[in-house]
Amino acid sequence: MQTRSMYTRDVNGKGILSGRTRAMGKAIKKEMSRNYQLYLIILLPVVYIIVFHYIPMYGVQIAFKNFRATDGIWGSPWVGFEHFRKFLSTHQFGRILRNTITISVYSLVAGFPIPIILALALNNVEKIMFKKTVQMVTYAPYFISTVVMVGMIIQFLSPQFGIVNRIIELFGFEPILFMAEPRYFSSIYVWSGIWQGAGWGSIIYLAALSGIDPTLHEAAIIDGATKLQRTIYIDVPGIMPTAVILLILNAGQIMNVGFEKVILMQNSLNLQASEVIATYVYKVGLASQIPRYSYGAAIGLFNAVINLFLMLVVNRIAKRLTETSLW
Amino acid sequence: MATAKIKKTIADKIYDTINYVILSLVLIVVLYPLIFIVSSSFSSTSAVMAGRVWLFPVEPTLRGYKAIFEHKYILSGYANSFYYMFFGTIVNVIMTIMAAYPLSRPDFKARNIIMGLFAFTMFFGGGMIPTYILINKLGLINNRLVMIIPGALSVWNVIITRTYFQTTISNELLEAAQLDGCSDAKFIIKVVIPLSGAIIAVITLFYAVGHWNAFFNAFIYLNDKKLFPLQLILREVLVLSEIDVSMIAGVRMEEIEAREGIKELLKYSLIVAASAPVLCMYPFVQKYFVKGVMIGAIKG
Repeated sequence: MQTRSMYTRDVNGKGILSGRTRAMGKAIKKEMSRNYQLYLIILLPVVYIIVFHYIPMYGVQIAFKNFRATDGIWGSPWVGFEHFRKFLSTHQFGRILRNTITISVYSLVAGFPIPIILALALNNVEKIMFKKTVQMVTYAPYFISTVVMVGMIIQFLSPQFGIVNRIIELFGFEPILFMAEPRYFSSIYVWSGIWQGAGWGSIIYLAALSGIDPTLHEAAIIDGATKLQRTIYIDVPGIMPTAVILLILNAGQIMNVGFEKVILMQNSLNLQASEVIATYVYKVGLASQIPRYSYGAAIGLFNAVINLFLMLVVNRIAKRLTETSLW
Repeated sequence: MATAKIKKTIADKIYDTINYVILSLVLIVVLYPLIFIVSSSFSSTSAVMAGRVWLFPVEPTLRGYKAIFEHKYILSGYANSFYYMFFGTIVNVIMTIMAAYPLSRPDFKARNIIMGLFAFTMFFGGGMIPTYILINKLGLINNRLVMIIPGALSVWNVIITRTYFQTTISNELLEAAQLDGCSDAKFIIKVVIPLSGAIIAVITLFYAVGHWNAFFNAFIYLNDKKLFPLQLILREVLVLSEIDVSMIAGVRMEEIEAREGIKELLKYSLIVAASAPVLCMYPFVQKYFVKGVMIGAIKG
């Protein structure tokens, strides 16, 4: 639209545009007319992205305002950093932040190496059938929905009928109320996640391993290297770039504990350990009797900005140390 | 591998043994819970209640599955989920191709700007509340379209599709078509799509499974039970344990224990039945999913 009006004004001789802008306008016009079909094709996806991703980003300004539905996003009065200050000073802040970081760092530390180990182990299996079976079975849980996953956790850990407690009773101990005890929450969350995702997570490393030059292994075998040595000195360095990239991406998610799984696993008894930023945003912003949109949006923004910052920092560190980075 | 020909050293034998032991343990740890759930779902209520199921079904019955069909909202949940999955996936695939193809063309000058616009959304977003305000403003609350439109496109899938187009659709093909006066839209339909069966299969599966398992949008934006997808009904039954036995027609048992039993059994059979559509097709389409991750890895 803009280019077009610029151009017509130009033709009419009333244009006050500089020569350079005019040339650029012409170039854009030329490109538009040559590839107009491509622009038409991509128009709908672009409109979608702007509406459903960029308008909410524009709407995030309510974090600095007191949002009133009648005034709209633009018309609501500014309040500066009030909501952020309020969040930082609430007595729940420390606990929520601690829970969020505990769960995600625990997930990362426990969950990051396991797919790598699995891939290295699978890569050394010579029996094809066995390898295929292990892959098929370990990938499968990835397709189980979060709701079903949490349902399974609750069934397995149920104090009445759960198989875990039956085994505990078999050894003569009292059944444990796993879901009601805050101290078990993060372990249940993390290890069930590993059960579900480790197999799937190993695919990308298997791809990286298959890309390693086989002559490296052949040369090492001739030199008398053992399998263990080859794993450590050939396979591990071979998948390092992949691992670093995934580490960076995960670091950018450190404050993003899966909302769905946490809210499903949450109950009033384990709340002390299970309230994380995302669930808190949902509760104050949407689920409460008097939804506080601005306050919720401020907490969400606080979270998103920290994520973005962490990812940039880790990316920079990775670039310096390993020459591998996202961009 | 060349290894097989060379006589194994003791160190290698130990390594192999440990390797197989670890992988066998992994296999058992992953497989056992799945077997246990399936076996429980086919067992009798009393066996489930008394904890007599360990590996195989005890006193096999289909009572649990019968209860699913007798539960009013589970069936409507299935119907809704199929509806959202079917139409949602169609929209997704069309939108993804429409975004990915122009972005794969080197002569498309705006591609870097548009790619940047898309990619940025993977790292930053407005968040739950501003999105809710938007959805509300668009009148999508409690509307079936909310399960289809707001998730019409996944940037990640656009990236893998674009990568695929870049590597498989040669420039010569495009030039030949353009010489013959073929428009871009026609080129996509007549040439690009028929040559891209593999990637279309991959993204279709990713999207379809995503829709089937989706929970968030329904949880936030729907509150009319008639519109609930299966996952929200599952939440009530499995997580909140809100099973109104009266909703299961045909249960006229007076004893509380029998009621409790049917509740427990229903949970197991429901876990199986809800995951069945995805897990049944999984062995046949596994290679496509793996391919999707691999294509993603090239660019990742």
